[in-house]
Amino acid sequence: MSVLKVEGVSKSFDSEKIIENISLELHEGELVSLLGVSGGGKTTLFNIIAGLSIPDEGDVWLDGEKVTGQAGTVSYMLQKDLLLPYRTILDNVALPLRVLGMKKKEARQIAVPYFAEFGLEGTEKKYPAQISGGMKQRAALLRTYLFSIKRGKKVALLDEPFSALDMLTKQAIHEWYLDVMEKIQLSTIFVTHDIDEAILLSDRIYLLTGKPGVITKEIVIKEPKPRRKDFHLTEEFLRYKRTILEHLSYDFVEKR
Amino acid sequence: MKRKLQNITSKIWSCSAIVLILIIWQTASATGLVDPFMLPSPVQVVQVFIREFPTLMEHSLVTLAEAFIGLALGILLGFVMAVLMDQYEGLYKAFYPLIVLTQTVPTVAIAPLLVLWFGYEMTPKVILIVITTFFPIAVGLLNGFNSADKDSINLLRAMGAGRWQIFGYIKFPGALSEFFAGLRISASYAVVGAVISEWLGGFNGLGVYMTRVKKAFSFDKMFAVIFLISIISLLLMKGVDFLQKKCMPWERENGL
Repeated sequence: MSVLKVEGVSKSFDSEKIIENISLELHEGELVSLLGVSGGGKTTLFNIIAGLSIPDEGDVWLDGEKVTGQAGTVSYMLQKDLLLPYRTILDNVALPLRVLGMKKKEARQIAVPYFAEFGLEGTEKKYPAQISGGMKQRAALLRTYLFSIKRGKKVALLDEPFSALDMLTKQAIHEWYLDVMEKIQLSTIFVTHDIDEAILLSDRIYLLTGKPGVITKEIVIKEPKPRRKDFHLTEEFLRYKRTILEHLSYDFVEKR
Repeated sequence: MKRKLQNITSKIWSCSAIVLILIIWQTASATGLVDPFMLPSPVQVVQVFIREFPTLMEHSLVTLAEAFIGLALGILLGFVMAVLMDQYEGLYKAFYPLIVLTQTVPTVAIAPLLVLWFGYEMTPKVILIVITTFFPIAVGLLNGFNSADKDSINLLRAMGAGRWQIFGYIKFPGALSEFFAGLRISASYAVVGAVISEWLGGFNGLGVYMTRVKKAFSFDKMFAVIFLISIISLLLMKGVDFLQKKCMPWERENGL
């Protein structure tokens, strides 16, 4: 069953078309990547799904309900962790619960048990400046997750969430991420320009190419989850990567 | 540890500079280089300060009361104006130039007018202090509100937060350090404002005391009261620092 559906969405800024006729679907518990070069309209589409901007054409459906241009329906996470420096990690992750009208004490009680699950034990009373970049992204994901469980709609949008991390931290956080996703059910749209990351984490990948951005290809990653630790070193992985690269570089050359 | 050491050494330098100046001053008046009547020696000033202490306390209570009431009202006015101007752009455009204009009018110039209108009691003094203290607060807060992170605001909007929630969770706490920077200035303005307005008329207060001893040519008492006023200002600023540390615990934690 599809939890989120984008239908024929187009958007222009200053009469320049950024994305055109984008349709995609997200099934329950699935992770779908939106892969494309920078400036290809990924973030525009992302903002439309988040309800922060209204498409010129097309609609966004969540659980069969039209939510086009409606904020407060899906949670998102960005490359910047956006943790508020003056709130402890606990109060930061509990923020969506507070925004949705919950009392402080109750919000904390709900948030605390997830700290262990997300590998964040011991950071509850710390401030963001006191923990590492990887830990901050974990906290940001927990905040996103808490929003989705409170809304009863477990859909999350992740816009290049790990792209600011160094390579080793990124590798560690990928493993952690797949591990957490085994435990919690979160249907996710994952925006990235990192091909390896997309293959490693996704069930399906949409390639967003051209100007205006169009979805030109859909790739299903058949490798079952949980994934092997050395999946990124296998033949299959390379085959996926080759397909994607051929497709993207063609687009890249065309555009210049 | 290292930081503490640096702190102590920097204090040693400034303390020795003060001691040096005092020694030169003391010798200058003790040796008769300057007339002790015109420039009383530090020892003389301290003696007078002790002798006059009860009178000085009586007067400073009045001055402090004016300063505190004026400052409290100034903070309130500055806060309300900043919030309104932040929330309604029309108000910002209409009133911001006007507020700046109020600051171009010299305090000393309007003080006599206020005395004529409101008499010799506390009212004109408090009004003068409000006019001088609300400005740094309002401008500091407005700057703080305006520099709120756009992505954080979008994140809260995506969670479905309303404008007052965005204010409470992002704008206000984000503006606290600017608020305290403004408050530090306003606190010293409050004391100076009280003294100046007392010069122009009144029955009690350090400013009244100053005009009296000036008429009596008691230079030693003049110095004693100047000394007292700077101590009061210094204590107030220290008080603001203390309050800031209490209200912004994350700043202290980050320093670790």
